[in-house]
Amino acid sequence: MLGIRPRQRVSQSDWASYMAQRRQQAKDDAIKRFFSTPLPASDTPISDVPMVALDMETTGLDEDRHAIVSIGVVPFTLDRIKLAERRYWVVKPTRPLAEASIAFHHITHSEVAEAPDLDIVLDELLEMLAGHLVVVHFRNIERPFLDAAIKARRGEGVMFPMIDTMSLEARLHRQTLWSRFRRWLGRPPVSIRLNASRERYGLPNYQGHHALIDALATAELLQAQIANHYRPDTPLKDLWC
Amino acid sequence: MDIELLEIRQFMGQFPPFDGLSDELLDVIAERVEVSYFKTGSDILVLNEILNELCFIRSGAVEVYRRQGELYNRLGEGDIFGHFSLLRNHKVRFPAQAIEDTLIYFIPNDVFQRLCEEDDDFADFVELERPRLETVAEQQKKSNDMMVTRIRKLVTRYPVMVEASTTLQQVANQISEAQASAAIVIKQCSGNPRYSFQDSEGQTWRMEGIFTDSDFRTRVVAEGLSPQAAIGDVASSHLITIQSDASVYEAMLTMLRNNVHHLPVIYRQRPVGVVHLSDIIRYETHSGLYLVSNIFNQSSAQGLARLAPDVRAAFVRMVQEGANSQMVGSALSTIGRSFTRRLLELAEAELGPPPVPYCFMVNGSMARNEQSIVTDQDNALVLSDEFVPKQHDDYFYALAKFVSDGLDACGYTYCKGDIMATNAQWRQPLSVWKDYFEDWISNPTPKKLLQSSIFFDLDSIYGEDHFVETLQDLVAKRAAESPLFLAAMARNALNRTPPLGFFRTFVMEKDGKHNNSINLKRRGTAPMVDLIRIHALACGSKAQNTFQRLNDISQTQLLANGVSDKLSYAFEFLCMTRLRHQMIDIQEERMPDNNIEPENVEDSERHTLKDAFQVLSNAQKFLKFRYPMPAQRPRQ
Repeated sequence: MLGIRPRQRVSQSDWASYMAQRRQQAKDDAIKRFFSTPLPASDTPISDVPMVALDMETTGLDEDRHAIVSIGVVPFTLDRIKLAERRYWVVKPTRPLAEASIAFHHITHSEVAEAPDLDIVLDELLEMLAGHLVVVHFRNIERPFLDAAIKARRGEGVMFPMIDTMSLEARLHRQTLWSRFRRWLGRPPVSIRLNASRERYGLPNYQGHHALIDALATAELLQAQIANHYRPDTPLKDLWC
Repeated sequence: MDIELLEIRQFMGQFPPFDGLSDELLDVIAERVEVSYFKTGSDILVLNEILNELCFIRSGAVEVYRRQGELYNRLGEGDIFGHFSLLRNHKVRFPAQAIEDTLIYFIPNDVFQRLCEEDDDFADFVELERPRLETVAEQQKKSNDMMVTRIRKLVTRYPVMVEASTTLQQVANQISEAQASAAIVIKQCSGNPRYSFQDSEGQTWRMEGIFTDSDFRTRVVAEGLSPQAAIGDVASSHLITIQSDASVYEAMLTMLRNNVHHLPVIYRQRPVGVVHLSDIIRYETHSGLYLVSNIFNQSSAQGLARLAPDVRAAFVRMVQEGANSQMVGSALSTIGRSFTRRLLELAEAELGPPPVPYCFMVNGSMARNEQSIVTDQDNALVLSDEFVPKQHDDYFYALAKFVSDGLDACGYTYCKGDIMATNAQWRQPLSVWKDYFEDWISNPTPKKLLQSSIFFDLDSIYGEDHFVETLQDLVAKRAAESPLFLAAMARNALNRTPPLGFFRTFVMEKDGKHNNSINLKRRGTAPMVDLIRIHALACGSKAQNTFQRLNDISQTQLLANGVSDKLSYAFEFLCMTRLRHQMIDIQEERMPDNNIEPENVEDSERHTLKDAFQVLSNAQKFLKFRYPMPAQRPRQ
């Protein structure tokens, strides 16, 4: 997809030791607090896991050359998406904003000009994520961008386990015998982008490319995926990565 | 407002009751919604669970059930549910299940309560049936000026009043001086007879009649009378008046019905003015008045038939201008009656005077004054008992045929059930008619009554009114004391039932099946008329009009408090919806019919229609219970 490859590989069995190690080594207060808040154990049924949907809009696809523009966060559980507890920030990118991405994200120059640096909102953001399982659609944007941006500001990066609704969708449509057969026949692969995936579950078509609406859309998609293909007691370890 | 919630806000704002909310309140909702996804077949609300949120369907479809598991409603995008429980004890009364993959927005109770408090329309919407129907009916009423403006507003000066002994010449002078066009003829009297009043000196006068400009032509000059004759000897004693608090509309109808152009306006028995047709026309330029006077000016059946397009135009105008169903119904009935009357006049002119007295009777919607633009003719002849078939029937058959053919040409199609005076069975002397009614009432079977129930809406239109009045009296007296008859009528009234409501672009039946259109007469107004007729018969009412019947019913203990109001609102709404869709048909150059297509049903109309169907359905259930089949003989 658009030439993006996973850059860091963290296998899920490592999460507990990674979190413990970071808890010990972290120097920044906010980061230390983040790693000190325990995550649900890997065998917790998904219905008991407090989650938070996260989406970021960026100026491009490469965390080394592009920057974060906005962040949307919506806490939820398998039962309810709590929109009232949502947070949304526009942040000033360290690199200039291209015209194209302005139109794309519905964010104006003046909004960006007045926006704080990510560093200002970082403590709040980490506090919202702490103790929650983060849910994203396509982790290979959120994870490296956040890690790089935090490393640039606080001298140490932050990684954490995620549920990636896109990879759940890929498991269904890209890795089955049937989908391999389709590919062998030269058929185009089933789209696993956010809106296309949502459509398969009868979810409405939201105006995309707004970090908060996409976070909401991602949370709804996960609820739909679990309802259709998993069970409320599916353990977390079957879902996260 | 956070721009990020615009998506949610805009979506909800498209649907009632949210479409009428202020931006501020919409913001409050969008800020607070919670969201959840429900897979096809999963429960959204479970009976008796505690509910603290209003549910809004963002996408998908939901079925709501009654406690007994009976389908209550099927809802789609933009619909809400759960409000009944929030308004009561917060326990789920109607469980809900997703029948498609569904996304629900939950609105917390405190927000819901705030909406109810701050927005009356929202509160009306989420309350049970009555208030919404009431609101809609009231709004329709308010929007029509003619219905509320009292006739006294059109009275600008005192009437010219002349004593009966005054000479015609003096009267002519007085009328001219006053620049009036009519004078009221009065005579001293004693006691308190009809049309009597006292002047400022305590003298009692009685209104003897009215004398108009045209009377000078027809009654004086044409007859070669002397200007010195006393007016009391010439004036018509046939006096039609109107009370000063009657509406302009009622005055108009009174003129139409009686074919008069002047109406003395009475305040507490005392004449306070005279209104002329032109006063009303000036006030309300668009009306069926021209049409009716045109009808009476036609000299042939062909001429009458040419007026049919005008009837449609008048109908469209009335509905567009916000007339309510009673106004449209009685105006169209008046037009229909005028056609019939004029045809009878023309028939008599052609065939000669009738050999024995007769009364031309109408049945069905025209008798109820509830005609719509889609109507057939239902009529009969009640003849004097002097009638001798061999001598007279040829005349009356010819008369009936003339009228029936004429009506058909004017757009009042022949009755499919052959309820027409051309049918020998329905062209009978009064004594036979009495036997008919006696037989229907004493030996009723649902099957027999299926055919004849139309005769239980009956009114005289021309000729010896008292023949039909005799029959009306007979029905009113005998029906009320015949439980078997009422039970048989009630059984028939349950043959046609309303649908459950609408779902997306379908009509939804109680068994959950879908249809593409619905005949609103068969499934709404007609069953309503049927059931109200039975209550009216049970309480001995002689009214023919459904609203007047409801009025009579509400004076009794037959129905629980408030039920007749509810029925009245529901009936008004069903009638208006039917009329509005007929108007759309005419505007789109289709043949108007009684069908409505769900895609032409507006959102708010859809909700109110569902309420009206519900009222009808409940009333039908009550009917079954109220008029049970009496056990006639012991079981064998």
